[in-house]
Amino acid sequence: MYDGKYIITGLVIFVAIFAMPFWYNVGTASVPPDPKLDTPVIQQLAEKKCVESKDYMKREHMQMLDDWRDWVVRDGTRWYTNSEGKKFNMSLQNTCMNCHSSKVRFCDQCHNYLAVDPYCWTCHIEPKENE
Amino acid sequence: MEGSRRDFLKLGGACALGLGALPVVKAAAEGEQPEVFSNPNALTGTRWAMVVDMKKCWEKSKNGCQDCMDACHKVHNVPRIEGPKEEIKWIWTEHFENAFPGRGSELSEMREKPFVVMCNHCYNPPCVRVCPTKATFKRESDGIVLMDMHRCIGCRYCMAACPFGARSFNFRDPRPFVEELNMDYPTRERGVVEKCNFCAERLAEGRMPACVEACKCGALVFGDLDDPESDVRKIVASHFTIRRKTELGTEPNVFYIV
Repeated sequence: MYDGKYIITGLVIFVAIFAMPFWYNVGTASVPPDPKLDTPVIQQLAEKKCVESKDYMKREHMQMLDDWRDWVVRDGTRWYTNSEGKKFNMSLQNTCMNCHSSKVRFCDQCHNYLAVDPYCWTCHIEPKENE
Repeated sequence: MEGSRRDFLKLGGACALGLGALPVVKAAAEGEQPEVFSNPNALTGTRWAMVVDMKKCWEKSKNGCQDCMDACHKVHNVPRIEGPKEEIKWIWTEHFENAFPGRGSELSEMREKPFVVMCNHCYNPPCVRVCPTKATFKRESDGIVLMDMHRCIGCRYCMAACPFGARSFNFRDPRPFVEELNMDYPTRERGVVEKCNFCAERLAEGRMPACVEACKCGALVFGDLDDPESDVRKIVASHFTIRRKTELGTEPNVFYIV
């Protein structure tokens, strides 16, 4: 190989710089998300249940909120009947955040971990009890 | 490939059968939709309208009454930003020559008086026609011209189209300029247009618009223009009322007694 030592040295330097993010984060384990469900309102609930099952909410809450906003804003229908027949006012700010009253300790936990940035809060007002 | 007429017809029949089955397959694939419905207490109408009795209003407004504007702006988290360039307004007062241009001669004694104005919720809204994202739309059920803030891209075509100046643009984040946040209603963000929504969120709960509730002298009357028993219909039938810029053909649903 002509100029082998230069090429090899160059490659080593290139790989070292290219893998910089990995070196930078080595040893620092990222904190897994820990959404808290111990708000005062939830603790007072007789039956600690969300609008739909926990599994469904984990998987589908983004789709559900998207449906809700269309039903409310465009169709003017504001009540939702869940799979058990219970009725809810379809409102992020007034229904969801009434129980999940801390955005920092609930929404942000997973959203930050996954680096998703839903722009709900540029308009909708998060509850005051965020610390 | 050799094809007989018989084969061709068979193939055609199979295709027709497949197309016929499409709606069935679609319905099966969609599955069960959750049930959504309106609050049974909601006020319903087919053409909401407002009558503004300026005679009653003027008697009161001599004392600088701003009850309707304060109530509206408080309920809807409307920011207070000074200056005509950036101010946000849902309901405000306008000089006669701006509110009713071209109507000077027969109503000259009105010239010096303020007029309460808001979005006219036109029957034929030009703002809706120009909106490229359908963010602003006329609700077919009751005729309210609404905005879907999730869709507004801030192009301001609607502001150019509206002949009444009823729309305001958020040139900056409005939240720091909201004096007292109403936690039940969202604010807006930078880069969207906003306007009066005839209190659609209150009607849905069976409440009258905030301005109507706030007016102590009964100058604002709200109701369904299609309902012969409604107050607005009776007033419009029995009084001389004018509307803003009717020559433009937008058919405003806000009527004025002057």
